[in-house]
Amino acid sequence: MLESEFMRLALGAGAVVGVLAPAVGFFLVQRRQSLTGDGIGHVAFAGVAAGILLDVAPVLTALVFAVVGGIAIELLRSRGGAAGDQALALVFYTGIALGVVLVSSAGALNVDLFQYLFGSILTVTRADLVIIAALGAVGLATVGLLYRPLAGVVLDEEGARVAGVPIGALNVAVATLAAVTVALSMRVVGILLVAALMVLPVSAAGRIAWSMRSTLVLSMVIGLGSALAGLTVSYYADLPPGGTIVLVAAAAFGACALAGALRGR
Amino acid sequence: MPVAVDLTGVAFGYRPGQRVLEDVDLQLSEGEFVAVAGPNGGGKTTLVRIVLGLERPSEGKALLYGEPAHRFSRRRTLGYLAQRSILGGDAPATVREVVSAGRLAAGGLIGPMRRRDRELVAEAIERVGLAEHADAPVRTLSGGMQQRAFIAKALAGEPSLLVLDEPTTGVDAESQESLAVLLDRLHSDLGVTIVYVSHEFGAVEHFVQRLVLVRRTIVFDGSPSELPGVWHDPSHVHA
Repeated sequence: MLESEFMRLALGAGAVVGVLAPAVGFFLVQRRQSLTGDGIGHVAFAGVAAGILLDVAPVLTALVFAVVGGIAIELLRSRGGAAGDQALALVFYTGIALGVVLVSSAGALNVDLFQYLFGSILTVTRADLVIIAALGAVGLATVGLLYRPLAGVVLDEEGARVAGVPIGALNVAVATLAAVTVALSMRVVGILLVAALMVLPVSAAGRIAWSMRSTLVLSMVIGLGSALAGLTVSYYADLPPGGTIVLVAAAAFGACALAGALRGR
Repeated sequence: MPVAVDLTGVAFGYRPGQRVLEDVDLQLSEGEFVAVAGPNGGGKTTLVRIVLGLERPSEGKALLYGEPAHRFSRRRTLGYLAQRSILGGDAPATVREVVSAGRLAAGGLIGPMRRRDRELVAEAIERVGLAEHADAPVRTLSGGMQQRAFIAKALAGEPSLLVLDEPTTGVDAESQESLAVLLDRLHSDLGVTIVYVSHEFGAVEHFVQRLVLVRRTIVFDGSPSELPGVWHDPSHVHA
């Protein structure tokens, strides 16, 4: 398997996304915003459509749209313009509708869309991998630097607000991190499954972890394992990589839930 | 004694025409241990939110250490235990992780904790008697111990004003008593100004220097010993 360059590149991209997605998703899950990744994914779809229409690299336009969409969800939620789920629904549906209209305008409803909707990790190039690795490293470094305030806000947002912690800026940072993660993960698992890698490893880790920090670390390990195992299985069984990665993550959740239940007995 | 909290002619309503508070005058000096009591829905939590600058009064002025409360510049000196404090998130946060969150504003936001911050966290855990449980997930502890962990979190920031909103909700009578003793000790040892908000004040009555009863406005402000006998019955306030 490793003799093929496309698999080496795929494993590299999968490893980066497998670690980054749960690291960022950890904060969304703890804030009970698990579906935010999905919402941002739908806005990213509009970005892909805009890229096709404007003949610009769709990943770049998806990144821009995703960041704007992520911040919009956060502002709508925090400024009281709409309840959390309504803010998400508003951005969710607007994103997908805009995407459909833009793709249709570009006359590209059948062109290349599948690779963004369902992932195309086997077509990752060396240049793609460099971009994914660089942005992934920035994302992980940001999570590392901001871990304490982000965790503190998760634990007690009101107490942090009273003490003068800049809640608004931290929430925007999480939204931006989520948007970058979605844009990077598009090539690996596709827009439709992008949130799964941000949520399932975190939920799995929560069943067996013994502290907040161990939940984060275990979720990154499970995400990495799911990406590498999923790609390996898909190579030998000739299955679609994105779906296989997510199914492995779902199986990991089942195993961790079982282990947690047995330990609790 | 310098004034920590100064409310003058404060009125507040969440909707036009519906006053939750009106004509509230309240001055709290630094180092006081004050109980704020009153019926549910009487405006206690709103009063606290105005004191902490989380809400702005629609009339009157609210000052914290001489500054407008909503623009208070030394927020890191405030410790707050919110009503029905529950942990956010599903991750099994340990006592040490929860208390460490209390050092955020004072100890800096970026990067790992410094040694001094870790020592202050350990000290706060020790003070509330949870040293043996420092690495246990908070959710595995009793209600009373969880409240102690939250108080340690507030203490870790070395506050000069500590506000506890209904800290005994869901806590048994024995734990309420030991919580009151703990607060009295913290007040004596650290000299911190404590505002203890509750719909009933029995547990802290023997420890506080001053009792403030709120029912839309302040209906009593003085020593608990000056309180008319019938008012000791919380049902009187509800009436």
